[in-house]
Amino acid sequence: MTHPVDGLSVTRAGPLALLQDAGRFGVRRLGVTQGGPADLHGWAWANHLVGNAWGTPVLEVTLGGLELVAERDLVVAVAGADLSATLDGEALAVWRSFSMKAGQRLAFATPVNGLRAYLAVAGGFVARPVLGSVACVVREGLGGHDGQGHRLAEGDCLKVTPRRASSGSEAPREERYDYGGAAELALLPGAQVGEFSGDSLFQAFNAPWQVDDRADRMGVRLTGPRLQCRMPSMISEGIGLGAVQVPPDGQPIALLNDRQTIGGYPRLGALTPLACSRLAQCLPGQAVRLRAVSAEQALAAYRHLRTAFA
Amino acid sequence: MSGALPQGLPRLESAGLDGWMVRLFDAIDEGNMPWLTALVRECEATFGDRLVDLVPSYTTLLVVFDPLRLSPGEARGWLAEILERLQPDEATSDAPVKELPVWYDPSVGPELSRLAELAGMNLEEVVACHSERNYRVFALGFAPGFAFMGSVDARIEAPRLETPRRRVPAGSVAVAGRQTSAYPAVTPGGWNLIGRTPAVLFDRDREGFSLLRVGDRVRFVPIDRAEFERQGGDTRPMEEGR
Repeated sequence: MTHPVDGLSVTRAGPLALLQDAGRFGVRRLGVTQGGPADLHGWAWANHLVGNAWGTPVLEVTLGGLELVAERDLVVAVAGADLSATLDGEALAVWRSFSMKAGQRLAFATPVNGLRAYLAVAGGFVARPVLGSVACVVREGLGGHDGQGHRLAEGDCLKVTPRRASSGSEAPREERYDYGGAAELALLPGAQVGEFSGDSLFQAFNAPWQVDDRADRMGVRLTGPRLQCRMPSMISEGIGLGAVQVPPDGQPIALLNDRQTIGGYPRLGALTPLACSRLAQCLPGQAVRLRAVSAEQALAAYRHLRTAFA
Repeated sequence: MSGALPQGLPRLESAGLDGWMVRLFDAIDEGNMPWLTALVRECEATFGDRLVDLVPSYTTLLVVFDPLRLSPGEARGWLAEILERLQPDEATSDAPVKELPVWYDPSVGPELSRLAELAGMNLEEVVACHSERNYRVFALGFAPGFAFMGSVDARIEAPRLETPRRRVPAGSVAVAGRQTSAYPAVTPGGWNLIGRTPAVLFDRDREGFSLLRVGDRVRFVPIDRAEFERQGGDTRPMEEGR
């Protein structure tokens, strides 16, 4: 285990850059949310491309705008969204590892494809875990590079434990997702699915839904036909990742990593982890569709992802 | 599982590929909690390190497991077995009551007078009514360490504010409907504020982190301003309160 040293300095913060490990687990009963990467797939690939183990902290860059300067020679990788990143002004490929010499400048500009890019450093970013995790949850003031749940700000310096790694590793073509097209989101129907009217169920799985601009790491609101549920609200209960709740206005909200731990709206079911990843890369206005899947299908896809990065 | 459970319960409901919702009851009741705390303990013992998270709340327990090491079917089987032999926790009914000191004062509890008006009581009677009974923690949520406790005396039941406050000071003791709580940190909030506790409800450096847990019994103990200050309470009134 090498000693943490200065790795990357923030020269421009951009709207939202957060350090995320796999998430904060075992404390949800205390009202503490899960956190972790909104796009698990992109996050896992960033780590994998530089040879890091599952769970190593990665920087989640939303929308772009972030600019970093290397404090030493590093090997890094960018996966997930294409936020028109450049290294000393030269365009950088996503889904690929590359070396960064001390003094070189990595800049994210604006989204070209997708919304969230993941930046991993060979050896990993280092931060003090809070409640067992460095996952950054701004609302709860927990985790992140400073332990206080702050997004990156100009002047911050990210610590790393650098490790030699080869540059030029690439994700296979089928794993380099195109986020621009229509997204089909796999959903496991839940216990209240029978409380929705037949028409509403037909619409839920057949109508196009539009990603609303009320979308963040807590949840993404979808707009479309008004869904009707016989059950206006329930006694609050635990909410799993990807739960699609339908408040009385009939417009579903898919709940993501920073969701509240309990809630009382009826649910259509739960998006699979990979569907959450896909949704987290959608920009407001983008069209998505919901597709019902079986638990077996969902589990096979999830196990495929996890075993690929064992 | 035996005893007075509503018909059709308990029930296991799908909650994603890594979770089961155990539905034990269909109404909020203090008597649910010994069953829920027993179920939490049994799940911990049975699932061991295959358990990822447990979220108990009012009538249900969400069980989240590691889907790489346990299939949903196996997890369901384990839960069915646990429910088969589940007995309510006897111990929690004798567990010590956790005391939360509260400075009840209009300067830090601006809705104290609203509750008094709704109940046709004076302020002292409202304070007595709120502090003279033990509450049970039904759920934690909304924010780390925020405990939903009940049930308050029907006479001081009060609906949420029409417009939630953007900043409720940490330690604020509040009532909404027949529930009561204390805000662990500064957050937005729409509950009726009636006082403030100097107790630290959520502390990342304390073992267990949260002062209160689901199933706990809690009592609010009135203290005066001097005692509140002595215990480190923040006396700044609402407007400047942080």
